[in-house]
Amino acid sequence: MTVRTTSPSLPSPAAPSVATTAGTVAHARDVLGVSRLTNHALTGWLHGLPGVDQVGCEARAASLGTRSVKTTSKAWAIDLAIGMIDLTTLEGADTVGKVRSLCAKALVPDPLDPSTPRPAAVCVYGDMVATAKEALGDSGVRVAAVATAFPSGRASLAVKLADTRDAVRAGADEIDMVIDRGAFLSGEYLTVFNQIADVKAACGDTHLKVILETGELVTYDNVRRAAHLAMLAGGDFIKTSTGKVAPAATLPVTLVMLEAVRDWRELTGVQVGVKPAGGIRTTKDAIKYLVMVSEVAGEPWLSPDWFRFGASGLLNDLLLQRQKLVTGAYSGPDYVTID
Amino acid sequence: MSRLDVRKTYKLYIGGAFPRSESGRSYEVVSASGEFLANVSMGSRKDVRDAVGAARSAQRGWAAATAYNRGQVLYRVAEILEGRRGQFVDEVAAAEGLTPRGAAASVEAAIDRLVWYAGWTDKVAQVLGNLNPVAGPFFNVSVPEPTGVVGVLAPQGSSLLGLVSVVAPVIATGNTAVVLSSADRPLPAVTLGEVFATSDLPGGVVNIITARTAEVAPWLASHRDVNAIDLTGAAGVDDLVWGELEAAAADNLKRVLRPTVAGNVAVEPDWSADPGLGRLRAFLETKTVWHPKGI
Repeated sequence: MTVRTTSPSLPSPAAPSVATTAGTVAHARDVLGVSRLTNHALTGWLHGLPGVDQVGCEARAASLGTRSVKTTSKAWAIDLAIGMIDLTTLEGADTVGKVRSLCAKALVPDPLDPSTPRPAAVCVYGDMVATAKEALGDSGVRVAAVATAFPSGRASLAVKLADTRDAVRAGADEIDMVIDRGAFLSGEYLTVFNQIADVKAACGDTHLKVILETGELVTYDNVRRAAHLAMLAGGDFIKTSTGKVAPAATLPVTLVMLEAVRDWRELTGVQVGVKPAGGIRTTKDAIKYLVMVSEVAGEPWLSPDWFRFGASGLLNDLLLQRQKLVTGAYSGPDYVTID
Repeated sequence: MSRLDVRKTYKLYIGGAFPRSESGRSYEVVSASGEFLANVSMGSRKDVRDAVGAARSAQRGWAAATAYNRGQVLYRVAEILEGRRGQFVDEVAAAEGLTPRGAAASVEAAIDRLVWYAGWTDKVAQVLGNLNPVAGPFFNVSVPEPTGVVGVLAPQGSSLLGLVSVVAPVIATGNTAVVLSSADRPLPAVTLGEVFATSDLPGGVVNIITARTAEVAPWLASHRDVNAIDLTGAAGVDDLVWGELEAAAADNLKRVLRPTVAGNVAVEPDWSADPGLGRLRAFLETKTVWHPKGI
């Protein structure tokens, strides 16, 4: 992996400004080359995508995971990974105090070393957005809110939109929505498309991440289709999982999604970000993902604007490894916060 | 018809499993008279790190086990050692160049030492704890608690008796141990790992790494998640200054048990002597509690 210290210059992540459902539909018609966007047209397009070679995909993911990243490259990768984290707490037992302490950790990840970069965002439930926003102030750490009846997505569209508007009004910078997996799996692609487009419109200029919940999509072909559908409907990011379903993020699934965003930029010129979430706990895992981003999607994605980790425990492990590189002695859990 | 030799594969003992060294390295072990005995894994600093992680996760559960239960487990280790007596006698004789009779005496002393420490598990609190007299309506109680994860440099000379004499007092009180075995005489330590694995001792309570002591001991001494270190095995290692290990250990205020020093040189103690309570006491913290008397 090449080491570079500055982010490549790229179109700003907020490039397509405020979207309307009609505008998204018109754009989708252009991409598909049809005069009317129907479920039939979407099905034809999505099922016309090339199939994923399951064995090949898993073998490639495994081989990319064997790279050895050491010393200065490792230090760079650790700092980049810390800057890509969406520090997450999504528990029924979340309290105002817990969200505040998570925000404090985002502001000062390692009190022993002020040069430690801050994570990209704090990810909370919609009702905690105001608390997080207040705690983070103008630090530049963004607030992401999960919305649309997270994690199941089983609610009416009206409820999902109200949930989204609520979080946006409270000041969320990013919205993580879930797709309707039931509709997707029963082939009602237009329903899924319309819901994403409507939520995107409700977001205004707030960033939209679309959670595919790949653990429930069964096949890599479905992951590829869901990724393209989400991008077609205007998602700024595609995200693997809610973290509530096992398996959550895996290397092969992320590989398929990285290929999808790469192909999408070839096709439309629009760059979309990727966020694996759930089950990434160690520095070693995080570095495997970074290698894959660099090799599959390319260096333009090696930035917190285009790649994120949805995680909570990962930050501690990255900090421990960072301390090891700085002090030369193995560190221990006494030197990071208990989450 | 002649049989193929079934050669034993010597590996590390970490977290209740027997992994090869992360580094993939191994080294040759020869007997006291210079004959080839075996190839063993040459542990690296990452094996030390993994072992400390395993010891840390095992520590809470092991300390929470009742003292009686820990005694039973240690006694069971002694039982299994007794059952594999023949193998240990051969290994100790080859490693230390002892006669069969001398090796047998050493193995028996090691078994007896385990039984001795097994007896101490539920008695140490009576001897080292206290109900302190205070001028007020309070009970004032001091109780010994385990220090935590203890790094142990096992003695280089006495490959089984010395090893048991440094490991047993550490785990008897609820600590967990990361042990660097004797570098040149590691085979009894590897076999002792197999004894631990089959003796109700929870995985991770004792972790045994065969390695070049001078290479990995500094990593154990500087590891921030190790609470104490026993430097007994620093005696007789070239290129290793135990004072430097003590300095590295000071970084996170580890407890340090210094090696025995004679003249100006670290030497190995006489393992046949009465062990006393020193090694039990070295890895205990005293917690004192004030409790109101209900009047």
